[in-house]
Amino acid sequence: MSVLRTWSAIAAIVLSSTAGDVLLSRAMRQIGHVGELWRRQGLRAVLKTIATHPSFLLALFFMAVSFFGLLAVLSWADVSLVVPATASLAYATNALAARLFLHERVDRRRWLSALLVCAGVAVLAT
Amino acid sequence: MTFRKYLVLAAIIVFASVGDISLSYGMKRVGAISLARWTELFAAVLNPWVALGIVLLLGFFAAYLSALSWSDLTYVLPATSLGYVLLALLSVWLLGEKVSVSRWIGILLVSSGVAIVTRGPSATHRHQPELESAGDQP
Repeated sequence: MSVLRTWSAIAAIVLSSTAGDVLLSRAMRQIGHVGELWRRQGLRAVLKTIATHPSFLLALFFMAVSFFGLLAVLSWADVSLVVPATASLAYATNALAARLFLHERVDRRRWLSALLVCAGVAVLAT
Repeated sequence: MTFRKYLVLAAIIVFASVGDISLSYGMKRVGAISLARWTELFAAVLNPWVALGIVLLLGFFAAYLSALSWSDLTYVLPATSLGYVLLALLSVWLLGEKVSVSRWIGILLVSSGVAIVTRGPSATHRHQPELESAGDQP
């Protein structure tokens, strides 16, 4: 299997997983602390609230795309290359997307940490 | 951060890495899937190792949802990246993949990133959560 094909698949996985993570984070933030919600209203109410949230459903779609993409790549490439490589790139795209779309305060500590993890995971992939 | 929250982060790390190992082992047994026969991907789900991987990743997903409900995405992701260290170790022990010196350096970099982010706050402080779209500059 060609290297180009592996990296194209990795790029597609990174984009869809970033969209999935950001939408999931948005959904869970709007829903609130699930532990407290569980105590107040019970597990069924928690599951129903999550399963009917529009952002959650859209997140699920993007995560399914990245999951089946991952399955496909794993059928021909090493797990110790593919999983770290997709994750490494996703740390950078997620930090950017979280700042832009979730208005998270990505301070110097978080950028440094994201870059270290990103670099580390990239080195893992070589 | 309470002990319970660290436990949820640990669950994310363990479920994700063991789940990925199981998926990889299963997919290697299924064999390479070509683009022309992509529908075989759906049949691969019936392989017991792939199925176990999916169950473990569901456990990961539950823990991940819980963590995202009280933490920022830019906190949860680096904090749980220790999973890649565990994944590297497991792929050596269980799958017989080679881990080179550069991969060990990568493990060190990931671990330092984790150490840095977990010393900071886990959530962006919001005075008025209902107005969060208006911005959250402190």
